Amino acid sequence: MGATVGCVRLPDGLVAVVKRDCPTCVLVEPVLRALGAAVWCQDDAAWFDGDDTNLELSYRLGIETVPTLLRVRAGVETARVVGWSREQWEQLTGVSGLGPALPDHRPGCGSLSVDPFRIDGLEARYGVSGLSSRRVELADAEDEHEALFDRGWTDGLPVVPPTPERVLRMLRGTTRDPREVVAVVPPDLVECTVEKVAVNAVMAGCLPEYLPVVLAALEAATSEEFALHGLLATTHFAGPVVIVNGPVAARIGMNSGVNALGQGNRANATIGRALQLVVRNVGGGRPGEVDRAAMGNPGKYTFCFAEREEDSPFPPLAADRGVAGDAVTVVAGSGVQPVVDQLSRDPESLARTLAACLRVNAHPKLPVAWDALLVVSPEHGRVFREAGWDRGRLLAELERLLLLPAAELVRGAGGMAEGVPDSMAGRELPKFRPGGLLVAHAGGPAGLFSAIVGGWVGGETGSVPVTREVRT
Amino acid sequence: MRTVLDPTGERQAPGRALLPRPVALEGRTVGLLDISKARGDVVLDRLEQLLTADGAHVRRYRKPTFARPAPVDLRHEIAEQCEVVIEALAD
Repeated sequence: MGATVGCVRLPDGLVAVVKRDCPTCVLVEPVLRALGAAVWCQDDAAWFDGDDTNLELSYRLGIETVPTLLRVRAGVETARVVGWSREQWEQLTGVSGLGPALPDHRPGCGSLSVDPFRIDGLEARYGVSGLSSRRVELADAEDEHEALFDRGWTDGLPVVPPTPERVLRMLRGTTRDPREVVAVVPPDLVECTVEKVAVNAVMAGCLPEYLPVVLAALEAATSEEFALHGLLATTHFAGPVVIVNGPVAARIGMNSGVNALGQGNRANATIGRALQLVVRNVGGGRPGEVDRAAMGNPGKYTFCFAEREEDSPFPPLAADRGVAGDAVTVVAGSGVQPVVDQLSRDPESLARTLAACLRVNAHPKLPVAWDALLVVSPEHGRVFREAGWDRGRLLAELERLLLLPAAELVRGAGGMAEGVPDSMAGRELPKFRPGGLLVAHAGGPAGLFSAIVGGWVGGETGSVPVTREVRT
Repeated sequence: MRTVLDPTGERQAPGRALLPRPVALEGRTVGLLDISKARGDVVLDRLEQLLTADGAHVRRYRKPTFARPAPVDLRHEIAEQCEVVIEALAD
Protein backbone atom coordinates (compact mmCIF):
# COMPACT_ATOMS: atom_id res chain seq x y z
CA MET A 1 0.00 0.00 0.00
CA GLY A 2 0.97 3.60 0.02
CA ALA A 3 -0.22 6.81 -1.55
CA THR A 4 0.68 8.76 -4.65
CA VAL A 5 1.18 12.44 -3.93
CA GLY A 6 1.75 14.23 -7.20
CA CYS A 7 4.75 12.49 -8.73
CA VAL A 8 5.82 10.97 -5.41
CA ARG A 9 4.86 7.53 -4.08
CA LEU A 10 4.48 7.68 -0.30
CA PRO A 11 4.98 4.37 1.45
CA ASP A 12 2.89 3.21 4.38
CA GLY A 13 4.62 3.72 7.70
CA LEU A 14 6.64 6.67 8.89
CA VAL A 15 7.33 9.52 6.50
CA ALA A 16 9.30 12.66 7.30
CA VAL A 17 10.16 15.91 5.55
CA VAL A 18 13.34 17.68 6.62
CA LYS A 19 15.69 20.48 5.65
CA ARG A 20 19.43 20.16 6.18
CA ASP A 21 19.68 23.86 6.97
CA CYS A 22 17.43 23.29 10.01
CA PRO A 23 19.31 22.52 13.27
CA THR A 24 16.34 20.57 14.64
CA CYS A 25 16.33 18.37 11.53
CA VAL A 26 20.05 17.72 12.00
CA LEU A 27 19.34 16.92 15.64
CA VAL A 28 16.69 14.29 14.81
CA GLU A 29 18.65 12.67 11.94
CA PRO A 30 19.79 9.68 14.05
CA VAL A 31 16.23 9.16 15.35
CA LEU A 32 14.79 9.14 11.82
CA ARG A 33 17.47 6.68 10.65
CA ALA A 34 16.88 4.43 13.67
CA LEU A 35 13.12 4.44 12.98
CA GLY A 36 13.71 3.55 9.32
CA ALA A 37 11.42 6.41 8.27
CA ALA A 38 11.13 7.36 4.61
CA VAL A 39 12.66 10.82 4.64
CA TRP A 40 12.49 13.53 1.98
CA CYS A 41 14.87 16.47 2.20
CA GLN A 42 14.08 19.92 0.83
CA ASP A 43 17.55 21.35 0.33
CA ASP A 44 20.00 18.46 -0.04
CA ALA A 45 19.11 15.66 -2.42
CA ALA A 46 21.86 13.42 -1.02
CA TRP A 47 21.09 13.63 2.71
CA PHE A 48 18.32 11.02 2.76
CA ASP A 49 16.87 8.74 0.10
CA GLY A 50 13.98 11.09 -0.65
CA ASP A 51 14.71 14.13 -2.80
CA ASP A 52 12.19 16.95 -2.44
CA THR A 53 14.39 19.75 -3.68
CA ASN A 54 11.60 20.72 -6.11
CA LEU A 55 9.35 20.97 -3.01
CA GLU A 56 6.45 19.23 -4.74
CA LEU A 57 5.87 16.76 -1.92
CA SER A 58 6.24 19.45 0.74
CA TYR A 59 3.77 21.67 -1.09
CA ARG A 60 1.24 18.92 -1.69
CA LEU A 61 1.43 17.67 1.91
CA GLY A 62 1.00 21.22 3.18
CA ILE A 63 4.26 21.09 5.16
CA GLU A 64 4.74 24.34 7.08
CA THR A 65 7.45 23.29 9.53
CA VAL A 66 10.44 20.94 9.32
CA PRO A 67 10.89 18.38 10.56
CA THR A 68 7.39 17.03 10.00
CA LEU A 69 6.80 13.41 10.85
CA LEU A 70 3.77 11.61 9.40
CA ARG A 71 2.20 8.24 9.85
CA VAL A 72 0.69 6.82 6.65
CA ARG A 73 -1.71 3.93 6.79
CA ALA A 74 -3.35 2.36 3.74
CA GLY A 75 -2.23 5.38 1.75
CA VAL A 76 -3.82 7.87 4.12
CA GLU A 77 -2.05 10.20 6.53
CA THR A 78 -3.27 9.29 10.01
CA ALA A 79 -1.04 11.38 12.25
CA ARG A 80 1.39 14.29 12.03
CA VAL A 81 3.79 16.06 14.38
CA VAL A 82 6.02 19.02 13.67
CA GLY A 83 9.36 19.94 15.22
CA TRP A 84 10.90 17.60 17.78
CA SER A 85 8.98 16.49 20.85
CA ARG A 86 10.02 13.16 22.31
CA GLU A 87 6.59 12.63 23.81
CA GLN A 88 4.74 13.36 20.57
CA TRP A 89 7.14 11.36 18.43
CA GLU A 90 6.87 8.39 20.78
CA GLN A 91 3.12 8.63 20.69
CA LEU A 92 3.04 8.78 16.89
CA THR A 93 5.57 6.02 16.31
CA GLY A 94 4.61 3.78 19.23
CA VAL A 95 8.32 3.47 19.98
CA SER A 96 9.63 4.49 23.38
CA GLY A 97 13.04 5.81 24.37
CA LEU A 98 13.56 7.84 21.21
CA GLY A 99 16.72 10.02 21.06
CA PRO A 100 17.79 9.60 24.66
CA ALA A 101 20.60 12.11 24.22
CA LEU A 102 18.27 14.78 22.76
CA PRO A 103 16.46 17.47 24.69
CA ASP A 104 12.76 16.77 25.32
CA HIS A 105 11.58 19.40 22.96
CA ARG A 106 12.99 21.56 20.18
CA PRO A 107 10.88 23.67 17.76
CA GLY A 108 11.34 23.15 14.05
CA CYS A 109 12.13 25.59 11.25
CA GLY A 110 10.00 27.05 8.48
CA SER A 111 9.45 24.81 5.49
CA LEU A 112 10.93 26.03 2.20
CA SER A 113 7.55 25.31 0.62
CA VAL A 114 6.00 28.25 2.46
CA ASP A 115 8.85 30.62 1.71
CA PRO A 116 7.24 33.81 0.36
CA PHE A 117 9.62 33.83 -2.59
CA ARG A 118 8.74 30.26 -3.57
CA ILE A 119 5.05 29.89 -2.72
CA ASP A 120 3.67 31.51 -5.90
CA GLY A 121 5.77 29.29 -8.13
CA LEU A 122 4.77 26.18 -6.22
CA GLU A 123 1.13 27.13 -6.29
CA ALA A 124 1.29 27.74 -10.01
CA ARG A 125 3.12 24.47 -10.65
CA TYR A 126 1.44 22.06 -8.28
CA GLY A 127 -1.50 23.80 -6.72
CA VAL A 128 -5.15 23.93 -7.46
CA SER A 129 -4.51 27.53 -8.33
CA GLY A 130 -7.98 28.25 -9.60
CA LEU A 131 -6.41 29.99 -12.60
CA SER A 132 -8.57 29.33 -15.60
CA SER A 133 -6.89 31.38 -18.32
CA ARG A 134 -5.60 29.39 -21.26
CA ARG A 135 -1.96 28.47 -20.75
CA VAL A 136 0.24 29.39 -23.66
CA GLU A 137 3.55 27.58 -23.91
CA LEU A 138 6.40 29.50 -25.43
CA ALA A 139 9.02 27.58 -27.37
CA ASP A 140 12.52 27.46 -25.92
CA ALA A 141 13.89 29.26 -28.94
CA GLU A 142 11.24 32.00 -28.70
CA ASP A 143 12.21 35.31 -27.13
CA GLU A 144 9.47 35.78 -24.56
CA HIS A 145 9.10 39.51 -25.14
CA GLU A 146 8.98 39.10 -28.90
CA ALA A 147 6.48 36.29 -28.42
CA LEU A 148 4.07 38.64 -26.69
CA PHE A 149 4.48 41.28 -29.39
CA ASP A 150 3.91 38.61 -32.04
CA ARG A 151 0.61 37.59 -30.46
CA GLY A 152 -0.66 41.17 -30.55
CA TRP A 153 -0.97 41.48 -26.79
CA THR A 154 1.04 44.66 -26.22
CA ASP A 155 0.38 48.37 -26.66
CA GLY A 156 3.61 48.77 -28.61
CA LEU A 157 5.84 48.76 -25.55
CA PRO A 158 7.25 45.59 -24.00
CA VAL A 159 5.12 43.90 -21.37
CA VAL A 160 6.01 41.72 -18.40
CA PRO A 161 5.28 38.10 -19.43
CA PRO A 162 2.21 37.00 -17.45
CA THR A 163 3.48 33.72 -16.03
CA PRO A 164 1.14 31.82 -13.70
CA GLU A 165 3.49 32.62 -10.79
CA ARG A 166 3.27 36.35 -11.45
CA VAL A 167 -0.49 36.27 -11.92
CA LEU A 168 -0.95 34.40 -8.63
CA ARG A 169 1.24 36.97 -6.91
CA MET A 170 -0.82 39.76 -8.48
CA LEU A 171 -4.03 38.17 -7.22
CA ARG A 172 -2.71 38.40 -3.67
CA GLY A 173 -3.31 42.15 -4.03
CA THR A 174 -7.06 41.61 -3.70
CA THR A 175 -9.40 39.54 -1.56
CA ARG A 176 -11.75 39.14 -4.49
CA ASP A 177 -12.32 35.74 -6.10
CA PRO A 178 -10.28 35.37 -9.31
CA ARG A 179 -13.44 34.08 -11.01
CA GLU A 180 -15.56 37.10 -10.11
CA VAL A 181 -16.73 38.98 -13.17
CA VAL A 182 -15.67 42.60 -12.75
CA ALA A 183 -16.89 44.08 -15.97
CA VAL A 184 -18.24 43.46 -19.43
CA VAL A 185 -15.57 45.00 -21.63
CA PRO A 186 -16.36 46.57 -24.98
CA PRO A 187 -16.16 46.43 -27.89
CA ASP A 188 -16.52 42.65 -27.89
CA LEU A 189 -18.62 42.77 -24.68
CA VAL A 190 -16.52 40.09 -23.02
CA GLU A 191 -17.06 39.21 -19.37
CA CYS A 192 -13.80 40.06 -17.62
CA THR A 193 -12.83 38.25 -14.43
CA VAL A 194 -10.54 39.44 -11.66
CA GLU A 195 -8.03 36.92 -13.02
CA LYS A 196 -8.01 38.46 -16.50
CA VAL A 197 -7.49 41.88 -14.98
CA ALA A 198 -4.59 40.42 -12.99
CA VAL A 199 -3.02 38.95 -16.15
CA ASN A 200 -3.13 42.33 -17.87
CA ALA A 201 -1.96 44.12 -14.71
CA VAL A 202 1.10 41.87 -14.64
CA MET A 203 1.78 42.74 -18.27
CA ALA A 204 1.40 46.45 -17.55
CA GLY A 205 4.02 46.22 -14.82
CA CYS A 206 1.74 46.64 -11.79
CA LEU A 207 2.58 45.54 -8.27
CA PRO A 208 -0.10 43.46 -6.50
CA GLU A 209 -1.05 46.37 -4.26
CA TYR A 210 -2.14 48.34 -7.34
CA LEU A 211 -4.69 45.71 -8.38
CA PRO A 212 -7.64 47.07 -6.34
CA VAL A 213 -7.17 50.44 -8.05
CA VAL A 214 -7.05 48.83 -11.49
CA LEU A 215 -10.22 46.87 -10.69
CA ALA A 216 -12.02 50.02 -9.55
CA ALA A 217 -10.88 51.91 -12.64
CA LEU A 218 -12.17 49.13 -14.88
CA GLU A 219 -15.50 49.03 -13.04
CA ALA A 220 -15.84 52.78 -13.46
CA ALA A 221 -14.78 52.78 -17.11
CA THR A 222 -17.19 50.00 -18.06
CA SER A 223 -20.22 51.51 -16.36
CA GLU A 224 -23.00 52.37 -18.78
CA GLU A 225 -22.74 56.14 -18.40
CA PHE A 226 -19.02 56.24 -19.20
CA ALA A 227 -19.76 54.92 -22.72
CA LEU A 228 -16.40 53.21 -23.15
CA HIS A 229 -17.47 51.59 -26.42
CA GLY A 230 -18.07 54.94 -28.05
CA LEU A 231 -14.97 56.46 -26.47
CA LEU A 232 -12.89 53.66 -27.93
CA ALA A 233 -14.51 53.75 -31.34
CA THR A 234 -14.55 57.51 -31.82
CA THR A 235 -12.42 59.30 -34.37
CA HIS A 236 -11.78 61.87 -31.60
CA PHE A 237 -8.59 61.92 -29.52
CA ALA A 238 -9.93 60.97 -26.12
CA GLY A 239 -9.32 57.96 -23.95
CA PRO A 240 -9.92 57.15 -20.29
CA VAL A 241 -8.07 59.25 -17.70
CA VAL A 242 -7.90 57.85 -14.15
CA ILE A 243 -7.74 60.13 -11.09
CA VAL A 244 -7.10 58.44 -7.73
CA ASN A 245 -8.19 59.81 -4.35
CA GLY A 246 -7.78 58.66 -0.78
CA PRO A 247 -5.07 57.15 1.39
CA VAL A 248 -4.55 54.32 -1.11
CA ALA A 249 -2.72 56.73 -3.42
CA ALA A 250 0.10 57.41 -0.98
CA ARG A 251 0.08 53.84 0.28
CA ILE A 252 0.92 52.44 -3.14
CA GLY A 253 3.33 55.25 -3.91
CA MET A 254 1.36 57.19 -6.50
CA ASN A 255 2.54 60.58 -7.64
CA SER A 256 0.32 63.62 -7.12
CA GLY A 257 3.20 66.09 -7.02
CA VAL A 258 6.10 67.01 -9.28
CA ASN A 259 5.40 65.76 -12.83
CA ALA A 260 2.15 64.11 -11.69
CA LEU A 261 0.79 63.95 -15.23
CA GLY A 262 4.12 62.83 -16.64
CA GLN A 263 6.40 59.81 -16.61
CA GLY A 264 8.49 58.22 -13.92
CA ASN A 265 6.11 56.84 -11.32
CA ARG A 266 5.42 53.13 -11.52
CA ALA A 267 1.94 53.19 -9.97
CA ASN A 268 0.69 56.09 -12.09
CA ALA A 269 2.17 54.60 -15.24
CA THR A 270 1.08 51.01 -14.84
CA ILE A 271 -2.44 51.45 -13.44
CA GLY A 272 -3.49 53.51 -16.45
CA ARG A 273 -1.69 51.11 -18.74
CA ALA A 274 -3.39 48.07 -17.20
CA LEU A 275 -6.80 49.57 -17.91
CA GLN A 276 -5.86 50.12 -21.54
CA LEU A 277 -4.43 46.61 -21.88
CA VAL A 278 -7.69 45.13 -20.57
CA VAL A 279 -9.60 47.09 -23.20
CA ARG A 280 -7.18 45.91 -25.87
CA ASN A 281 -6.82 42.28 -24.89
CA VAL A 282 -10.06 41.35 -23.17
CA GLY A 283 -12.41 43.72 -24.98
CA GLY A 284 -10.66 43.44 -28.33
CA GLY A 285 -10.39 47.23 -28.71
CA ARG A 286 -7.40 47.76 -30.97
CA PRO A 287 -6.30 50.83 -32.93
CA GLY A 288 -7.21 50.61 -36.59
CA GLU A 289 -9.92 48.07 -35.81
CA VAL A 290 -12.73 49.32 -33.56
CA ASP A 291 -10.49 52.13 -32.25
CA ARG A 292 -10.86 54.59 -35.12
CA ALA A 293 -9.11 57.62 -33.59
CA ALA A 294 -7.90 59.99 -36.29
CA MET A 295 -4.83 60.79 -34.17
CA GLY A 296 -5.33 59.50 -30.65
CA ASN A 297 -3.17 60.96 -27.92
CA PRO A 298 -0.14 59.79 -25.91
CA GLY A 299 -2.38 59.33 -22.86
CA LYS A 300 -3.87 56.28 -24.52
CA TYR A 301 -0.77 54.37 -23.39
CA THR A 302 -1.58 55.43 -19.85
CA PHE A 303 -3.09 58.48 -18.16
CA CYS A 304 -3.43 58.12 -14.42
CA PHE A 305 -2.50 60.32 -11.50
CA ALA A 306 -3.40 60.94 -7.89
CA GLU A 307 -5.08 64.13 -6.76
CA ARG A 308 -2.90 66.22 -4.48
CA GLU A 309 -5.15 66.33 -1.45
CA GLU A 310 -2.70 68.04 0.89
CA ASP A 311 -2.73 71.84 0.63
CA SER A 312 -5.58 71.62 -1.89
CA PRO A 313 -8.13 74.43 -1.94
CA PHE A 314 -10.74 71.78 -2.82
CA PRO A 315 -12.16 68.74 -1.04
CA PRO A 316 -11.01 65.49 -2.70
CA LEU A 317 -12.58 65.20 -6.15
CA ALA A 318 -14.13 61.80 -5.44
CA ALA A 319 -15.51 62.98 -2.10
CA ASP A 320 -17.14 65.95 -3.83
CA ARG A 321 -18.67 63.42 -6.22
CA GLY A 322 -20.10 61.37 -3.37
CA VAL A 323 -17.40 58.77 -2.71
CA ALA A 324 -15.20 59.63 0.26
CA GLY A 325 -11.94 57.79 0.94
CA ASP A 326 -10.23 55.48 -1.54
CA ALA A 327 -11.78 56.03 -4.95
CA VAL A 328 -11.07 56.42 -8.63
CA THR A 329 -12.70 58.82 -11.04
CA VAL A 330 -12.52 58.09 -14.76
CA VAL A 331 -13.01 60.85 -17.25
CA ALA A 332 -12.59 60.98 -21.01
CA GLY A 333 -9.47 63.01 -21.76
CA SER A 334 -7.32 64.03 -24.69
CA GLY A 335 -3.91 65.17 -23.57
CA VAL A 336 -2.78 68.31 -21.82
CA GLN A 337 -3.22 71.96 -22.78
CA PRO A 338 -0.94 74.16 -20.68
CA VAL A 339 -2.31 77.25 -18.93
CA VAL A 340 0.27 79.87 -17.98
CA ASP A 341 -0.59 82.73 -15.64
CA GLN A 342 2.35 83.97 -13.60
CA LEU A 343 0.89 87.32 -12.58
CA SER A 344 -2.60 86.72 -11.16
CA ARG A 345 -2.56 86.94 -7.37
CA ASP A 346 -6.30 87.26 -6.81
CA PRO A 347 -8.88 84.59 -7.58
CA GLU A 348 -10.99 86.78 -9.88
CA SER A 349 -8.08 87.41 -12.22
CA LEU A 350 -6.95 83.80 -12.19
CA ALA A 351 -10.49 82.56 -12.84
CA ARG A 352 -10.68 84.85 -15.87
CA THR A 353 -7.43 83.34 -17.17
CA LEU A 354 -8.75 79.83 -16.71
CA ALA A 355 -12.05 80.74 -18.37
CA ALA A 356 -10.26 82.28 -21.35
CA CYS A 357 -8.18 79.13 -21.83
CA LEU A 358 -11.15 76.81 -21.26
CA ARG A 359 -13.13 78.67 -23.87
CA VAL A 360 -10.97 77.22 -26.66
CA ASN A 361 -11.71 73.63 -25.53
CA ALA A 362 -12.52 71.73 -28.74
CA HIS A 363 -13.19 75.05 -30.51
CA PRO A 364 -13.80 78.58 -29.20
CA LYS A 365 -17.15 78.57 -30.95
CA LEU A 366 -18.43 75.21 -29.71
CA PRO A 367 -20.46 75.36 -26.48
CA VAL A 368 -22.09 72.73 -24.24
CA ALA A 369 -21.08 69.55 -26.03
CA TRP A 370 -17.43 69.06 -25.11
CA ASP A 371 -16.33 68.27 -21.55
CA ALA A 372 -12.98 69.11 -19.94
CA LEU A 373 -10.89 68.42 -16.86
CA LEU A 374 -9.07 71.33 -15.27
CA VAL A 375 -6.05 70.39 -13.16
CA VAL A 376 -5.08 73.28 -10.89
CA SER A 377 -1.47 73.32 -9.70
CA PRO A 378 -0.47 74.07 -6.10
CA GLU A 379 0.74 77.59 -6.89
CA HIS A 380 -2.50 78.45 -8.66
CA GLY A 381 -4.38 76.54 -5.99
CA ARG A 382 -2.83 78.71 -3.30
CA VAL A 383 -4.47 81.77 -4.80
CA PHE A 384 -7.88 80.14 -4.46
CA ARG A 385 -7.14 78.63 -1.06
CA GLU A 386 -5.99 81.88 0.47
CA ALA A 387 -9.10 83.60 -0.87
CA GLY A 388 -11.33 80.85 0.53
CA TRP A 389 -12.56 79.65 -2.87
CA ASP A 390 -13.53 76.00 -2.90
CA ARG A 391 -14.36 73.93 -5.97
CA GLY A 392 -18.00 75.03 -6.04
CA ARG A 393 -17.05 78.70 -5.86
CA LEU A 394 -14.52 78.34 -8.69
CA LEU A 395 -16.94 76.38 -10.87
CA ALA A 396 -19.67 78.96 -10.29
CA GLU A 397 -17.29 81.73 -11.33
CA LEU A 398 -16.16 79.83 -14.43
CA GLU A 399 -19.76 79.14 -15.37
CA ARG A 400 -20.55 82.83 -15.15
CA LEU A 401 -17.48 83.78 -17.20
CA LEU A 402 -18.18 81.09 -19.79
CA LEU A 403 -21.75 82.05 -20.62
CA LEU A 404 -21.18 82.88 -24.27
CA PRO A 405 -23.30 85.10 -26.54
CA ALA A 406 -24.49 82.96 -29.44
CA ALA A 407 -23.82 85.81 -31.85
CA GLU A 408 -20.13 84.99 -31.43
CA LEU A 409 -20.75 81.27 -31.87
CA VAL A 410 -23.00 80.97 -34.90
CA ARG A 411 -21.70 79.39 -38.05
CA GLY A 412 -19.72 81.91 -40.05
CA ALA A 413 -19.09 84.29 -37.14
CA GLY A 414 -15.46 85.38 -36.99
CA GLY A 415 -15.01 84.07 -40.52
CA MET A 416 -15.18 80.49 -39.30
CA ALA A 417 -17.71 78.02 -40.65
CA GLU A 418 -17.68 75.98 -37.44
CA GLY A 419 -20.22 76.97 -34.82
CA VAL A 420 -23.81 76.63 -33.69
CA PRO A 421 -26.86 76.91 -36.01
CA ASP A 422 -28.23 80.39 -36.72
CA SER A 423 -31.41 79.41 -34.90
CA MET A 424 -29.48 79.82 -31.63
CA ALA A 425 -28.64 83.47 -32.30
CA GLY A 426 -29.77 85.83 -29.57
CA ARG A 427 -29.25 83.31 -26.80
CA GLU A 428 -26.46 82.90 -24.29
CA LEU A 429 -24.96 79.44 -24.24
CA PRO A 430 -22.81 77.86 -21.50
CA LYS A 431 -19.42 76.58 -22.57
CA PHE A 432 -19.89 73.46 -20.45
CA ARG A 433 -22.98 71.40 -19.74
CA PRO A 434 -23.75 71.09 -16.00
CA GLY A 435 -21.16 68.63 -14.66
CA GLY A 436 -19.14 68.85 -17.86
CA LEU A 437 -16.14 70.53 -16.23
CA LEU A 438 -14.20 68.66 -13.56
CA VAL A 439 -11.63 70.41 -11.37
CA ALA A 440 -8.76 68.56 -9.68
CA HIS A 441 -5.59 69.60 -7.86
CA ALA A 442 -2.19 68.12 -8.70
CA GLY A 443 1.39 69.01 -9.45
CA GLY A 444 4.65 70.13 -7.91
CA PRO A 445 5.02 73.05 -5.53
CA ALA A 446 6.60 75.43 -8.05
CA GLY A 447 5.08 76.67 -11.29
CA LEU A 448 2.24 79.11 -11.80
CA PHE A 449 0.58 76.81 -14.31
CA SER A 450 -2.54 74.72 -14.59
CA ALA A 451 -3.56 72.11 -17.12
CA ILE A 452 -6.66 71.61 -19.20
CA VAL A 453 -7.33 68.08 -20.30
CA GLY A 454 -9.79 68.40 -23.13
CA GLY A 455 -12.55 65.85 -22.87
CA TRP A 456 -14.98 64.24 -25.23
CA VAL A 457 -18.66 64.65 -25.98
CA GLY A 458 -20.29 64.72 -22.57
CA GLY A 459 -23.63 63.94 -21.07
CA GLU A 460 -26.27 61.52 -22.22
CA THR A 461 -25.10 61.56 -25.83
CA GLY A 462 -21.49 60.87 -24.82
CA SER A 463 -19.43 60.06 -21.77
CA VAL A 464 -20.15 61.03 -18.18
CA PRO A 465 -17.29 60.95 -15.62
CA VAL A 466 -17.70 58.08 -13.17
CA THR A 467 -16.40 57.70 -9.60
CA ARG A 468 -16.09 54.33 -7.89
CA GLU A 469 -14.84 53.18 -4.52
CA VAL A 470 -11.55 51.23 -4.41
CA ARG A 471 -12.28 47.98 -2.60
CA THR A 472 -9.67 45.57 -1.30
CA MET B 1 9.72 25.83 -21.52
CA ARG B 2 7.93 28.90 -20.26
CA THR B 3 4.21 29.28 -19.82
CA VAL B 4 2.24 32.50 -19.90
CA LEU B 5 -1.46 33.03 -19.36
CA ASP B 6 -3.62 34.25 -22.22
CA PRO B 7 -4.55 37.90 -21.51
CA THR B 8 -7.39 37.96 -24.03
CA GLY B 9 -11.10 37.32 -23.62
CA GLU B 10 -10.52 33.90 -25.24
CA ARG B 11 -13.65 34.54 -27.20
CA GLN B 12 -14.58 32.06 -29.88
CA ALA B 13 -16.92 34.07 -32.04
CA PRO B 14 -19.23 31.79 -34.01
CA GLY B 15 -18.50 31.96 -37.71
CA ARG B 16 -21.44 33.05 -39.79
CA ALA B 17 -21.51 33.00 -43.55
CA LEU B 18 -22.51 36.27 -45.20
CA LEU B 19 -25.74 36.24 -47.11
CA PRO B 20 -25.23 36.31 -50.86
CA ARG B 21 -24.99 39.85 -52.14
CA PRO B 22 -28.20 40.86 -53.94
CA VAL B 23 -27.68 41.33 -57.67
CA ALA B 24 -30.10 44.22 -57.78
CA LEU B 25 -31.89 46.40 -55.24
CA GLU B 26 -35.13 46.77 -57.18
CA GLY B 27 -38.03 45.65 -55.04
CA ARG B 28 -35.79 45.12 -52.00
CA THR B 29 -36.19 46.84 -48.66
CA VAL B 30 -33.14 48.93 -47.89
CA GLY B 31 -32.60 50.37 -44.39
CA LEU B 32 -30.70 53.63 -44.02
CA LEU B 33 -29.25 53.99 -40.52
CA ASP B 34 -28.33 57.47 -39.37
CA ILE B 35 -25.98 57.24 -36.38
CA SER B 36 -26.83 60.84 -35.35
CA LYS B 37 -23.61 62.44 -36.50
CA ALA B 38 -23.85 65.93 -37.89
CA ARG B 39 -24.81 65.95 -41.58
CA GLY B 40 -25.16 62.20 -41.80
CA ASP B 41 -28.70 62.93 -43.01
CA VAL B 42 -27.32 64.79 -46.04
CA VAL B 43 -25.76 61.70 -47.54
CA LEU B 44 -28.68 59.48 -46.51
CA ASP B 45 -31.26 61.84 -48.04
CA ARG B 46 -29.41 61.67 -51.34
CA LEU B 47 -29.07 57.90 -51.10
CA GLU B 48 -32.79 57.60 -50.46
CA GLN B 49 -33.52 59.55 -53.63
CA LEU B 50 -31.17 57.38 -55.69
CA LEU B 51 -32.39 54.11 -54.21
CA THR B 52 -36.05 55.02 -54.61
CA ALA B 53 -35.38 55.92 -58.24
CA ASP B 54 -33.88 52.45 -58.65
CA GLY B 55 -37.09 50.88 -57.33
CA ALA B 56 -35.93 50.02 -53.82
CA HIS B 57 -38.18 50.43 -50.78
CA VAL B 58 -36.32 52.66 -48.32
CA ARG B 59 -36.81 52.71 -44.57
CA ARG B 60 -35.03 55.21 -42.34
CA TYR B 61 -33.60 54.51 -38.88
CA ARG B 62 -31.70 56.61 -36.39
CA LYS B 63 -29.50 55.79 -33.40
CA PRO B 64 -30.15 57.97 -30.32
CA THR B 65 -26.45 58.92 -30.19
CA PHE B 66 -23.36 58.13 -32.22
CA ALA B 67 -21.41 57.67 -28.97
CA ARG B 68 -23.08 54.39 -28.03
CA PRO B 69 -23.89 51.16 -29.83
CA ALA B 70 -27.30 50.92 -31.46
CA PRO B 71 -29.93 49.70 -28.97
CA VAL B 72 -30.70 46.02 -29.36
CA ASP B 73 -34.34 46.73 -30.22
CA LEU B 74 -33.28 48.97 -33.08
CA ARG B 75 -30.90 46.33 -34.41
CA HIS B 76 -33.66 43.73 -34.23
CA GLU B 77 -36.13 46.02 -35.94
CA ILE B 78 -33.73 46.61 -38.82
CA ALA B 79 -32.95 42.91 -39.14
CA GLU B 80 -36.67 42.09 -39.24
CA GLN B 81 -37.69 44.76 -41.70
CA CYS B 82 -34.79 45.08 -44.15
CA GLU B 83 -32.83 42.97 -46.59
CA VAL B 84 -30.01 45.47 -47.00
CA VAL B 85 -28.66 48.14 -44.63
CA ILE B 86 -26.55 51.20 -45.33
CA GLU B 87 -25.06 52.98 -42.32
CA ALA B 88 -23.91 56.61 -42.48
CA LEU B 89 -20.87 56.91 -40.23
CA ALA B 90 -19.27 60.12 -41.31
CA ASP B 91 -19.47 63.66 -39.98
